[in-house]
Amino acid sequence: MDDPLYREEILDHYYSSPYRGRLERADHACDLDNPFCGDQIHVELAVDGDRIKDVRFDGKGCVISQAATSLLAERLEGATVEEALGLGPADVVKLLGMPLTPTRMKCGLLGWKAIRQALTPKDVTA
Amino acid sequence: MADVAAVRGTGLDVSRVRADFPPLAEEVRPGVPLRYFDSAATALKPAPVVEAVREFLADYPANVHRGLHVLSERATEAFEGARLKVAAHLGVDDPAQVIFTRGTTEAINLVARSWGRMALKPGDAIVLSELEHHANIVPWQMIAAETGAVLRYVDLTDDLEYDLDSFDRLFDDGRVRMVATTGMSNVTGVRPPVEEIARRARGRGARVLIDAAQSLAHEGLDVVELGIDFAAFSGHKVFGPTGVGVLYGKRELLEAMEPVLGGGNMVLRVERDRAVWNELPDKFEAGTPPIAEVIGLGAAIDYIESLDAEAVARHERGLIEHAHATLGAVEGFRLLGPSDTAGKGPIVGFTLDGTHPHDLSHLLDRHGIAIRAGHHCAMPLHTRLGIPASARASFALYNTKDEIDRLAEALGSIKTMLRRR
Repeated sequence: MDDPLYREEILDHYYSSPYRGRLERADHACDLDNPFCGDQIHVELAVDGDRIKDVRFDGKGCVISQAATSLLAERLEGATVEEALGLGPADVVKLLGMPLTPTRMKCGLLGWKAIRQALTPKDVTA
Repeated sequence: MADVAAVRGTGLDVSRVRADFPPLAEEVRPGVPLRYFDSAATALKPAPVVEAVREFLADYPANVHRGLHVLSERATEAFEGARLKVAAHLGVDDPAQVIFTRGTTEAINLVARSWGRMALKPGDAIVLSELEHHANIVPWQMIAAETGAVLRYVDLTDDLEYDLDSFDRLFDDGRVRMVATTGMSNVTGVRPPVEEIARRARGRGARVLIDAAQSLAHEGLDVVELGIDFAAFSGHKVFGPTGVGVLYGKRELLEAMEPVLGGGNMVLRVERDRAVWNELPDKFEAGTPPIAEVIGLGAAIDYIESLDAEAVARHERGLIEHAHATLGAVEGFRLLGPSDTAGKGPIVGFTLDGTHPHDLSHLLDRHGIAIRAGHHCAMPLHTRLGIPASARASFALYNTKDEIDRLAEALGSIKTMLRRR
């Protein structure tokens, strides 16, 4: 029984994301975890002026948390910081291509939260 | 044949039992029937429980106690009748030793705060194990911080079973005042040897609390025979409604303990600056209780009592043995806890190699299979295991071996689907 949420593209982002790893020099970074299911995410970003040059992430967790972070990294490379901070939960869902249940939203938004926090260190409520 | 057995009141007619639980006849999606393996989180409710709650809400939804009209008297009778049923189920003669709470969590908090404030001094020890649910850890951490008492953890064996030798050593300095143990781990199904634990603890002058939240759906609990001081369980895990639980306590302790919540019903007399506590059990039941839920719990106890307990136990033993055999054959399946089923209840905690429990649970749902994934409110146990989360399939008297076969098949197909390409 196939689940479109777990389609090949998503599994590719999970297993072999080109954005998994570390940067030589990061301007912003953030670690977050979701104690509910034990997902952990580390994101780092290199910024040139107001533009995001590189995004990398590392972490352990479910397909959704890791793939969503990878999709976001892909979306944000080359984007402006302002654009990144303008993205909301709905945009993450759009990247995943499937609606998420409220429980799974916590997985799906972990990387998004980490990126927001990395870019706005004071914004702990993001 | 099965019908004949049922008429005689012996044996277990599982298809008849299943008919009592309407969700089991439902399809979660067209063509996909429900396979419910999440009874350790909450059990399904049989029709008589639903009817008892409906009847109260529809026909006599009056407040209990002190009402001198027909509806209130009927409500009080049903409410107190449920207390009698619970007392009888626990082997207790005196229903005043049965306190209704909102659940196991509130019951343990009540003991920790009330008994703890009365009995614990700096340096006193409370014995727990890593098998405990957070509900039997955090209340003790809180009262330890308040009183200066300390927590001590008994060692677990490699199979995550209670190590009684290490248990004995915890008593060497004579400071243990309380041993609080689960009757059945909600993650692995392991049943600590509660009789032996109670015997040894009492011999050393320590009090004993049994968290029966998991065990009571599968086996009886005779609190008097065990000689334990406190026991706690939740209605919703024994086929009753959510929002109600029970604290059993020894009378002399409950008499000596101060109430935690103040308000209506828990007082005999209130003056401007003081109040006189009510008798047991009311002293611990401030405010309007969850009447519908208590009445529903009474119906749940009736339901359990109507079944042949030995036949239920046999059926559930068959389920767990079958689960260990079939699921264990799935590639990458790793069981948490002992592979021997003798010392455990019908709960299978597991991981599947290369698969996060959350993805697993999500994908099993596509097959209509309900399991649970996460830390199951037992983070210390998962820390010990070195895993952030696990998957759990838990069974109840209405499950079948055929359903477990469907779970094994689904695990296999999910493993294939998530394979790295």
